[in-house]
Amino acid sequence: MLKNTEHQFGLIQIIIHWVSAIAVFGLFFVGIWMVDLSYYSEWYRTAPDLHKSVGLTLLALTLFRVFWVLINPKPQALAESKLEQSAGKLGHSALYILLLVIMVSGYLISTADGRGIEVFGLFEVPSLGEFIENQEDVAGDIHEWGAYILMGVVALHIVAALKHHFLNKDRTLIRMIKPN
Amino acid sequence: MKNILISALAFAALSVSFVADAAKYKIDIKGAHAFINFKASHLGYSWLTGRFNEFDGEFDFDPNNINASKITVDINPASIDSNHAERDKHLRSEDFLSVDKFPKSKFVSTKITDLGDNKLKVEGNFTLHGVTKPIVIDAVKIGEGKDPWGGYRAGFSGTTTINVADYDFKSAWVGNVELELHIEGIRQ
Repeated sequence: MLKNTEHQFGLIQIIIHWVSAIAVFGLFFVGIWMVDLSYYSEWYRTAPDLHKSVGLTLLALTLFRVFWVLINPKPQALAESKLEQSAGKLGHSALYILLLVIMVSGYLISTADGRGIEVFGLFEVPSLGEFIENQEDVAGDIHEWGAYILMGVVALHIVAALKHHFLNKDRTLIRMIKPN
Repeated sequence: MKNILISALAFAALSVSFVADAAKYKIDIKGAHAFINFKASHLGYSWLTGRFNEFDGEFDFDPNNINASKITVDINPASIDSNHAERDKHLRSEDFLSVDKFPKSKFVSTKITDLGDNKLKVEGNFTLHGVTKPIVIDAVKIGEGKDPWGGYRAGFSGTTTINVADYDFKSAWVGNVELELHIEGIRQ
């Protein structure tokens, strides 16, 4: 029930998938909105604080997710053609890599001056210092571009899932909703 | 061969002394004895201060003919440092300095007037964010003389106030920014 099998996703993987999906959309749209907030908006400080708190929580969840995927059996791809299977594998790897790149670069923006990041006002994730000159600008560009590319791959991910569901009429989407 | 060497040396010595007579100074950025600071109001409740870490410049100064003095300072606006990475990133962005589009800022004096008592009025053009405006720097000579390492130095301090609205920033932030220059030049 909790763990994955050769054919099904377990409850843990399913919950992480959908929580991540909601978090990623939330972070993306809040991110776009918050960078244009006026200095005098009441959200000017709270929105970035929330964005960073959710982002770091998602980073922790994603690191656990990678660990979880590694210790669980991998449900087999339902796509029939070899090409589609490789495309799926590539797409899923891209999602993981982009997520990690975006979250790590986000962390590097805010911690470039040695300040840590407070998570929901509960505790602080310390800074590891400045690794490169103008780190906040370089990390900022990677963060922004990574996010746009991620949303492109997410769109492909959604289209592919719907194609499996409506055209191929297989269990690809269902098994990410119903645990075994 | 020997003659050529001697005349080359003599020429070099001559040009050095000629430069020294013109009292040209280079701002001591190597030893970091120069600072360009800024100060802006935060909400009207406090002062926010910061500085530009990268700049370079030179000036001509002759205490016997102060009105003939000149100064040029080039500033790298991307080197803005307010001790907060997120704020610096914002200040470098399109909302403020747009450093990608306008990577150079500059002050060139047009007229320097001796006001007596070591006070100087430095008029010139200041370029920031691609906009050039005349400004006046109220300056004071702090001192000049030999340094302990065989050189000769002169130091000045100056302040000016710019109105952010003059420089076409995209940000809705308005107000005055005080600029403070502390420069020490080494005579060339």
